[in-house]
Amino acid sequence: MTQIHIALAQINTVLGDTQKNLGKHLDYIHQAVSQKADLIVFPELSLTGYVLQDLVPSVAHKPRPEDALFGPLLAASREIDIVVGFVDEDDRHRFFISQAYLSRGEVAHVHHKVYLPTYGLFDEGRFFAWGDEIRAFDTRFGRAGMLICEDFWHASPPYLLWLDGADLLLFSSASPGRGLTNEPKLESARWVEHINRAYASLFTSFVVHTNRVGYEDGLHFWGGSTIFNPDGELIAQAPYHEESLTLATVDLGGLHRTRARLPLLRDERTSLVNAELNRIVNKG
Amino acid sequence: MSEKKVPAAVDLSINSDLARQILAGFIRSELARVGLSKAVLGLSGGVDSALACVLAVEALGAKNVVAVRMPYRTSSQESLEHAQLVADKAGIDLLTVPITEMADGLISRFPGMDQTRRGNIMARCRMIVLYDLSAEQHGLVIGTGNKTEILLGYTTLFGDSACALNPLGDLYKTQVRQLSRDLSVPEVIVAKPPTADLFAGQTDEADLGYTYASVDQLLYLLVDERYSISDCVSAGYEPGFVERVVERIRRNQFKRMLPPIAKLSNRTVGYDFLYLRDWGT
Repeated sequence: MTQIHIALAQINTVLGDTQKNLGKHLDYIHQAVSQKADLIVFPELSLTGYVLQDLVPSVAHKPRPEDALFGPLLAASREIDIVVGFVDEDDRHRFFISQAYLSRGEVAHVHHKVYLPTYGLFDEGRFFAWGDEIRAFDTRFGRAGMLICEDFWHASPPYLLWLDGADLLLFSSASPGRGLTNEPKLESARWVEHINRAYASLFTSFVVHTNRVGYEDGLHFWGGSTIFNPDGELIAQAPYHEESLTLATVDLGGLHRTRARLPLLRDERTSLVNAELNRIVNKG
Repeated sequence: MSEKKVPAAVDLSINSDLARQILAGFIRSELARVGLSKAVLGLSGGVDSALACVLAVEALGAKNVVAVRMPYRTSSQESLEHAQLVADKAGIDLLTVPITEMADGLISRFPGMDQTRRGNIMARCRMIVLYDLSAEQHGLVIGTGNKTEILLGYTTLFGDSACALNPLGDLYKTQVRQLSRDLSVPEVIVAKPPTADLFAGQTDEADLGYTYASVDQLLYLLVDERYSISDCVSAGYEPGFVERVVERIRRNQFKRMLPPIAKLSNRTVGYDFLYLRDWGT
């Protein structure tokens, strides 16, 4: 498959009401299927809402067929691949901000957010456990990797996914808008768009980002979901501040063309990076 | 000989279209999620409430905005006229509920009551009128306090600061003026000296001892840019001015939070019982 149709499901959520949010997911999935999408990407914590605080234990789920939320989603994944955000409770009852990749009725991969912002307006580290793996995984479109919001404010997670074989970087966020100046975009929106374009360019890969919209108390989420191609070009953007289902066609043949011209992956010196990292980490 | 350093101007200008979109969306969202459609607000004739009114009309439509003038017997005629001007331009009905009898019922019991007490009573009478109207109208009270007055505590606790949601609280007064101009609030209201209108000739800037233009620049450095006092002095601000403002911010922290609850149990509201107000909506 060289062309995939990706749907960016830029939704608002009901804070702490997973059943209502599931209903909206199934509605967006139905729309995406009817528009011939192959993959639909939902934002961070799309099944729960973002500022959960003490709601965390009560909205946690396990991505299994018998689960009330994941049963219907896994059934829907027989028609379309689905990236969905939720709170994962592991067998030891630790709670993770998580993103699941569902395909052909199965859970292909779960990513636990590895960087929990606990500064400024953020307090994730108080309520959640830190993920400790960054892994690419195989999909029917090739190898992909998922990251959640603060994960891609750090350069290393996208870099590791790239080295682990991911050509399709699937980013999800619930990014609160901040930094109003006289520019037409918020500082937070400009920053995220800059880095996503940079990752697409530096890693000659597709970068798909779905951000949510809506308000939680005084916080607002700005949307503006994007897809950048391996040349760092913007090929799709959802509107700011509004719910939308934005479809775009991604031509995976672009990987061949860009990397033939610009062999950054071929020339990446991973052993050198590894040696220097070892030196830096172990020098103490 | 050292030359006196003048602080470099900070650009506090904002993108008005973006601000309007975010703030109108905030009002719409916060009302809809509690199942209400009406905004209730007091129109003083000043720029803050005029801007809140314009944003509420944009968010909800003119028929869903209930505005009220609440004059005391010493309130200026000009304030009343300016409130009417805002209501006429927005196409909303304007109620008038004088607070003279309410306020004087208490004030007359204490001959010689000072201006601060009288001002606080007036502000709290207006709060009672607004909250009563919101119950009658099935609406929410929209706050009109800006970031400057919240930081400086230039407000009456449980009075003018009382509201269900505040769209203006992260805009400095300078930015309120810019946004008001860009959203076509009448220039006569934007340009006049801000006043609490508690007595003839009163102005905010005389009460505070500095202009909004200068203190907004300093507040931006202290709060948004996290400058220390010495950073501000190095940037050219007069040390006494910086110290007075910093102390005023500190002293008024109590107006920016709910009263502390003495902790006894394992789970206490305010410390470890943590939910957003929008929980479940």
